[in-house]
Amino acid sequence: MDIKEVKNQKSKPKDGFANKVGEVIEASSAEFTAQCYQLDQAPPLGSLVKTQDKSGEIYGVVYNAETHSFEPGRRVVARGENMKAETEIFEANPQLSRLLTTDFKVLVVGHVQGESWHHYLPPKSASIHSFVYTCQLEDVGAFTQSLDFLSIIVNARILVPVDEVIGACLRFASQAHHDSNAFLVKAGKELACMLSNDVQRLNSLLKRLK
Amino acid sequence: MTSQGSEEQTRLGIVVSGSLTRGVEVKLDALVSVEDMAVGRYVAIDGAKHRFFGMITDVSLETIDPSVTITPPDISDPFVAQVVTGTTIYGKLRVLPMLTIGGDAASILEGPQPAKTVPTHFSGVKLASQRDVEIVFGAEDEKRFYVGTPLDMETKVCLDIPEFVKRSNGVFGKSGTGKTFLTRLLLVGMLQKNAAVSLVFDMHSEYGWEGKTEKGYKVKGLKQLFPSKVAIFTLDEESSKRRKVSTDVVVRIGYDEIEPEDIELLRQTLNLTEASAQTVYQLAREFGDRKWLETVLNMNEDDGKQLISRLNIHDSTYRNLRRGLENLRRFSFLVPRARENSVQRILEYLDRGINVILEFGRFDDFAAYILVANLLSRRIHAKYRENAEREMGGEVAPSRPLVITIEEAHRFLNPEFSSQTIFGRIAREMRKYNVTLLVIDQRPSGIDSEIMSQLGTKITCLLDDERDLDSVLTGTSGKSELKSVLSKLETKQQALIFGHAVPMPVVIKTREYGTAESYKELGFLEAAELKKRTEKDMEDLWA
Repeated sequence: MDIKEVKNQKSKPKDGFANKVGEVIEASSAEFTAQCYQLDQAPPLGSLVKTQDKSGEIYGVVYNAETHSFEPGRRVVARGENMKAETEIFEANPQLSRLLTTDFKVLVVGHVQGESWHHYLPPKSASIHSFVYTCQLEDVGAFTQSLDFLSIIVNARILVPVDEVIGACLRFASQAHHDSNAFLVKAGKELACMLSNDVQRLNSLLKRLK
Repeated sequence: MTSQGSEEQTRLGIVVSGSLTRGVEVKLDALVSVEDMAVGRYVAIDGAKHRFFGMITDVSLETIDPSVTITPPDISDPFVAQVVTGTTIYGKLRVLPMLTIGGDAASILEGPQPAKTVPTHFSGVKLASQRDVEIVFGAEDEKRFYVGTPLDMETKVCLDIPEFVKRSNGVFGKSGTGKTFLTRLLLVGMLQKNAAVSLVFDMHSEYGWEGKTEKGYKVKGLKQLFPSKVAIFTLDEESSKRRKVSTDVVVRIGYDEIEPEDIELLRQTLNLTEASAQTVYQLAREFGDRKWLETVLNMNEDDGKQLISRLNIHDSTYRNLRRGLENLRRFSFLVPRARENSVQRILEYLDRGINVILEFGRFDDFAAYILVANLLSRRIHAKYRENAEREMGGEVAPSRPLVITIEEAHRFLNPEFSSQTIFGRIAREMRKYNVTLLVIDQRPSGIDSEIMSQLGTKITCLLDDERDLDSVLTGTSGKSELKSVLSKLETKQQALIFGHAVPMPVVIKTREYGTAESYKELGFLEAAELKKRTEKDMEDLWA
C-alpha cells in the first residue's frame, strides 16, 4: 500500500458524538451555517468541524461566529447598567437565552467518501439539520496530513479576513501534530508556493503562524 | 537502510531547465545550503533512461519573485527562515553534463560515454558517490596512476598513463601553484607504470635528487625514490657536488654539435640581429656544419676582416654575431671537442628503460636551457624517428615511448619559434615516432595556439590571466563553464585535468607528495627495507 493511500485512508471508525455543537441551518456547496445549541458556544475560529449524512462526512473550517437575535427586526439592548456581573443579566432575564442565538459559518474543505479522505469539495452540500461536531485531535491530525485544502481557504471569498482564518486554522491543526513546528513549517512552505507572487501577504501570514 | 539514508543526504535538488551546451540548471532542495556547494564538484543525475555525470560550474541565488528582493522576509526569525528557504528563496546550480551511462547491461559494459543529451525535467540530482567516481575514472591498477582526489571526496582519481603518454601533454599554472610537484608526480606515475621513459630537462635541478617546498622543506626527487630506474645527468658537475648529488653522467657538448638552427633559436637571448642570425648559415656553409663555431670563435681580428670581405658580411653584423657567440664561452659545458657523445649516452640509458634527468646546475638561464634542450632533443628525436622508420620496415622492435619534459615551454613553443624548434615538431607529429612532450609553463598564452590544440591532456593549476585561461581551454567543450572553475581553484594542491587521458574534466586535490607515507605509497623503500628485500631475493635465488 503506498503512502498516498495510507494518507487518504480514514484510519479509525467515526468517534462518538459527544462533541456535538450545533446543527446545519443553511448550506451551499462551498460553505454552511450552523446554529449552536448553546449561546456563545461556537467552536473556535479556524477549528475543524464535521457534519455527516448518508453519503459521508463533510469537513469544514469555522471562519465566522455570530450571536444575534432570532428575530431580524428585534435588536438586542444593553441591560446590565445596574448589575455587578454579566451573569446577573441572564439570571434576571431568563428569556434571553431563548431569544438569542449563536451561529457559526463553516468553509467546506474536504469530505470522506467511503473510507478515503478527499481534500476538495464534496459532490453534495451538507444536509440541512444535520448535526455538526467539533473534530477530535486524531481526526484533525489525520485530515491535516495533507495540506491540499489550504488552497480552498487561500482563495475563499469571505467577509472575514482570509489570512486570519488560515492562521487560526493552522495554529489549531498544529496542536494535533507531534512536531507542531515541523507541521507549521510544512504548511508555511505550502503557502509560500501558493503566494509566490504576493510576498507581502506571505510575510504577514507567516507572522500569524506562530 | 543506512545506504538509503546516506543517499538521501547527498541529494541536492532537481533539474529544472538548461541545455547541453550551457549546462542544466538545478534547483537546490530547501535543506541544501548554497554555501556547501563548490564549483568543480561532481554530481550524478538520475535521468529517466541514463545516469549522467556532470560538474558544478556555477552557483547562484534565486528568488521566486523579484519583489522578494524588495521586501525581503524576516530571515532573522528561524521559523520564517525555515519556511522561505527552498520556496520563496532558493539556490541554483549550473551543472555541465559530461558523461552518461546507459541503464542496460550493454551500456554498462561500454562504460561512460560523452553526454550527447540532457536529463529529463525534474530528474533528481545527487552529489556523486565514491562509486560513481570509481566508475568514471577507474580504480588504481597497473595502468592507472592515482593523481589526487576530487574535491571533498576520498575517492582516487586515476590517470590512464599509457593513454596519457600517447599524446603530448601540458602542465600549466601560475608560479607557486604546484606545477613542479604535479610534474614530479606525473613522472613518478610514468615510471611506476612503465608506460614510457622520461627525459627531463631540469632547469632548476629539482626533479632529480631533491626539491624544496615553498616552506623550505626538502622533498625527495625521483632518483632517491627509484635509484635503479633514474639516472641524473648534469651540465654542472660542481653544482651537483656542492648539493651532494651523485650524478651518473656529466654532459659535455662539443662546438661541433651546435648547428646554425640552434643559434637562430637563441637569437633573442644572445641579442643577435636578424642579419647576424642569417650569417650563421653562411658561415656554416663556408666552414662546414661541424667546424664553423670553433673556427669563428678562434678567429683573430685579421682573419675576421678577411672573412667579412670574402663573404661580403657587413662589419656591424659580424661584430654583433661575434659578441653573441662569445657569450657561449661562459657555458663551461660547451667544449671544442666533447670526449663522449652525450646524445649517445642518453639514448643508451633510455633504451635500457632508465629515465634521464638532466640538471642544469648554475646554467639555469634561458640561453643554456634552450640551447641544450633543443640540441639534445633534436638528435634524440632523429634517432627515434630513424628507429620508427626501421620498425615500419620490420627491422627492429618499436622503441619504448619517450616523454620529454620541458619547462618554460613558451620559450620554445611561442608562435615565432615553434616552427623552428624540434619541440614544435614533436608536439605536431604526436606519437608517430614514439616521442611526446610534457610541457610545463606558467604562461600558456605565450605558446603557439596550434601547439596548444595538439596537447592531449592538460593539467592546469590556478590561472587568472584572461588570455592564459582562454589559451588553455581552446577547443574544449564547456569552455566558459570550465573557465569559471579554473579561475576559482585554490592556489595550492588543486588542479583541473581535462583532455585525452581522463573521461571528463576533473578538479583534483593533488596527491600528497613529500611525507614519508607518501613516498611509501609511491613505492619507495627505506634503506633497511630495501636491504631486507635484497637479502630475501638473494635467498630465493640461491635456494
